[in-house]
Amino acid sequence: MADTVIAARGLKKFYGRVAAVDGIDLAIERGEIFGLLGPNGAGKTTTILMLLGLTESDEGTIDVGGFNPMREPLEVKRRVGYLPDAVGFYDNLTARQNLTYTAKLSGLDRDAARERIDAALKRVQLDAVADRKVATFSRGMRQRLGLAEVMMKRADVAILDEPTSGLDPQATYELLDMIRGLKAERVAVLISSHLLDRVQAVCDRVALFSHGKVALQGTVAELSQKVLGGGYAVEVEATGPDLASVLARVAGVERVAAAGEHKFRIVAREDVRAALSQAIIAAGGALMRLDHVEPSLDTIYRHYFEDAHGTA
Amino acid sequence: MARRSGSIWTGCGTVFLKEFADHLGSGRMRVLEWLVLLTGIGAIFTAIQDLKTTTSQDPFLFLRLFTDAHDPLPSFMAVLGFLIPLVAIGLGFDAINGEFNRRTMSRILAQPVYRDALLLGKFLAGLATLGVALVTLWLLIIGLGLLTLGVPPTGEEVLRGIAFLVVSLAYGGLWLAVAILCSVIFRAAATSALVALGLWLLMSVLWPLLTRFLTQAIFPTTPLSLMVGPSYEQIVLQQTLARLSPNTLFGESLLGVLHPSTRALGPVFMDQLQGAVLGNPLPLGQSLLLVWPQVTSLVAGVIVLFVAAYVIFQRQEVRA
Repeated sequence: MADTVIAARGLKKFYGRVAAVDGIDLAIERGEIFGLLGPNGAGKTTTILMLLGLTESDEGTIDVGGFNPMREPLEVKRRVGYLPDAVGFYDNLTARQNLTYTAKLSGLDRDAARERIDAALKRVQLDAVADRKVATFSRGMRQRLGLAEVMMKRADVAILDEPTSGLDPQATYELLDMIRGLKAERVAVLISSHLLDRVQAVCDRVALFSHGKVALQGTVAELSQKVLGGGYAVEVEATGPDLASVLARVAGVERVAAAGEHKFRIVAREDVRAALSQAIIAAGGALMRLDHVEPSLDTIYRHYFEDAHGTA
Repeated sequence: MARRSGSIWTGCGTVFLKEFADHLGSGRMRVLEWLVLLTGIGAIFTAIQDLKTTTSQDPFLFLRLFTDAHDPLPSFMAVLGFLIPLVAIGLGFDAINGEFNRRTMSRILAQPVYRDALLLGKFLAGLATLGVALVTLWLLIIGLGLLTLGVPPTGEEVLRGIAFLVVSLAYGGLWLAVAILCSVIFRAAATSALVALGLWLLMSVLWPLLTRFLTQAIFPTTPLSLMVGPSYEQIVLQQTLARLSPNTLFGESLLGVLHPSTRALGPVFMDQLQGAVLGNPLPLGQSLLLVWPQVTSLVAGVIVLFVAAYVIFQRQEVRA
């Protein structure tokens, strides 16, 4: 596709004889938020470092905005903003001074830098503390300052490594909102995280990492189709005689599982909610709740690894 | 391996300016400056007491400020030989590992600059800081000399003073390179500082003792040697060993530069002295020739250590 900004094929990286990354293919497009998800040590950060040219890949090809990170690292780094895991700043400098330093390193001239830094700090709501030393900043403020640095660069690609780890819910919500703002500017955003459900909220597509490989890739709906069998999941809370078999007899229902007292989990081929409620009433039961359940990444992930490896 | 595109100098100036500003404003540097200043002034004041009595006889009065010792204080030259490494180590021991520990390394390297620029910028900033400190110190001494002795320095004394600055900077650069190498190798700043300081102690205190022991182990004392003194080979060996320490090289260089009457830094035979007017100063050019090998060795040491730090740093993983 013409709009692909990151293309990686057959990426491999060995540490000694252990493959940290073992044959990864990725294609990320302009204006999409792509999630690299998986447990710690699954190879997410290594993949990111290879995309940036900060670590050499042992095998495979990478193309970032038309450049090879190994041969033209400066061109790649000019086009990519990177927010590292647990980002650090110079504590003895103010927020503005920190950004000025990186702006100068990335070759911005003084006036352009000042303008962009002011705009970026405003966007991440740090303009009020711009001239305070970073030593006084909280974790969430540092993370936002890191995001401001990415915005200041006006990069085509933003790579965010664990941007929400260690943040409280409010700070996480704000940060994810700011990340959505980047998408609106047609920036390709790559988020790595081990917190699946938080990231699900913002990602257009995700890749599930496991032991250096991409186990699954696609939209959340596609993944659930693949892993959970494409069922339409419904949760029912009702009382009545022998409800489990009543529900199982409804046309289109594939599976019924008890999920606690008076609770059932149903997987069906299509939306069977109307038929279910009728069946319960007809059987003399009392219907208390009927819900369509969106599959969460967490469920998909656990389900997949239980199926594939017998382990979570 | 494919060639990288783009210049390694991109961003070097920016790193240099930032680090230079950090050094000049840091509390660490201020403490070190005061240490050097106080010790130095103490040494010079005692030297001045002696010098006042011989003002009219010595053609190189100002140089004596640097070299004269008066018990119990060592000469200013000796103080510098001891303290310059301390300042240099203080400037460099957390250059690279500090960036890792602050978790700023990956953020900085994600900017469009090469690692070369970061390392070189930091090294040059340290060197510039040392230079500023040394020049200030030198000007202070000259000022003190003018005030207390009432005689202006001659042109040759100024030139020799500049040579002194160059030699001191090379010596400081060597220890800065040692410190930066340690900061690349050791991830903990405390370990890095400890190793660098250990090397400094080894070179300035223990090495002179060690060279004597080593020489005696190779040339055991015999009844003959007790009578006629150590053999020529023994002296040469001891001197060669001693010159492995940068402190020796620095001391000899300063001796040649600041003591114009120094004619040789090694053993001299009686027949070589025939026709020499002992105690007469050498011209500046001859003095510089005399210390040329020492200064070259110092500069070579700087380059070797810096390259080692460079190679190790290039191969390091960025992730903390």
